[in-house]
Amino acid sequence: MKELIIIIITAVFVNNVVLSQFMGICAFLGVSKQLKSSIGMGGAVIFVMVCATACTYPVYLLLDRFEITYLRTVAFILVIAMFVQLIEIVMKKTMPALYRALGVYLPLITTNCAVLGVTVANIDEGYSFVQSLANAFGTGLAFTLALVLFSGVRARIQDSNIPETFKGVPATLIAAAIVSLSFMGFSGMAF
Amino acid sequence: MNENRPLSREFTKGLIKENPVLVMLLGMCPTLAVTTMASNAIGMGLATTFVLVCSNLVISLLKGVIPKAVRLPCFIVIIAGFVTLISFVLQRYLPGLYDSLGVFLTLITVNCIILGRAEAFASKNKVLPSVLDGLGMGLGFTAALFVMGSLREIFGAGSWFGLKLPLISKEPMLIFIMPAGGFFVLGCVIAAVNKLADRKPPKEISCENCPSAAICGAKGKGEGCPSESEGGK
Repeated sequence: MKELIIIIITAVFVNNVVLSQFMGICAFLGVSKQLKSSIGMGGAVIFVMVCATACTYPVYLLLDRFEITYLRTVAFILVIAMFVQLIEIVMKKTMPALYRALGVYLPLITTNCAVLGVTVANIDEGYSFVQSLANAFGTGLAFTLALVLFSGVRARIQDSNIPETFKGVPATLIAAAIVSLSFMGFSGMAF
Repeated sequence: MNENRPLSREFTKGLIKENPVLVMLLGMCPTLAVTTMASNAIGMGLATTFVLVCSNLVISLLKGVIPKAVRLPCFIVIIAGFVTLISFVLQRYLPGLYDSLGVFLTLITVNCIILGRAEAFASKNKVLPSVLDGLGMGLGFTAALFVMGSLREIFGAGSWFGLKLPLISKEPMLIFIMPAGGFFVLGCVIAAVNKLADRKPPKEISCENCPSAAICGAKGKGEGCPSESEGGK
């Protein structure tokens, strides 16, 4: 249990998926405009990451069994793409309330590299099934945290006076640099 | 659709005018992650170019065969196949580069530039323009990565392609090769490009150059961008 908590804390703070591993930057810059959409996207990502890990782990064991692990990339991305579609359909039928909250974000997640990244990382790190799920959950949480924090920062950028050349994306990136700098404080934490 | 355009333009547009990273703001993740060294940046850029050219070639050949409804999974499988191929080649011949690119080599599969070009160009155009488009976009991506990688390596490590530079190598500014430096340098480079091109900076990432436009579905239906709607009410 202690080990799982350490995996989650490491994923959220020390190795934050967005701010220190640079995965899911597109979604990070695109969706973090408002607090509400940040939380929605974050929730959808946590959900998909945990479910995708639960699906890809057995798939990897299967590939390993037949010694064709080099097909990992192809197999994983197909499973994820299929899975996202499946969730969308099932959610629409059975949980309309949740679908209304998260539905619009689901198609965007297929090409979110953090999802493929976390499933590959779980295998590379040699995590067990339960550890993989914990890592996926922690990574999703890290993504949500980065989005939520950054949406607050962006609200402040809108009101501030920045040079004409830096307006828009450059200012956003430099603000992201400062947020990322604050997360470097955690990098000394060793478990 | 672009019958009248000269072929050379399909090639050159990706280099500067529609540079995928600095102008269209696609493929940010590898741009930030692998640019701590100039040589890694070039390696990543060329690997992506290879995948982009090959996938554009195949997708443009198959454009009449792939049914529209399942085109995205088909594109992704084609792309993932070429990514697997290039990672074999790198693992065998350039193991050092293979190790330093790490997971980002696999993540070329979900690079928005490749899927974006497949959807926006290769699936609608003939073979030769598609290949040239892929080559131009890929080299534009490589050039952007090279600029980022050079700046970060020179300031952050005091070297260039591993060669120690005088003066700066004594006390390099480590911050540049740290994650925060990546965001900072990219912000500055985009600002510089805006200034040099003397054009209005893109206010925000719009639907045209949204990485997920291909699969989003909101585009063209008159719905708002899901990332801007409030929690998808």
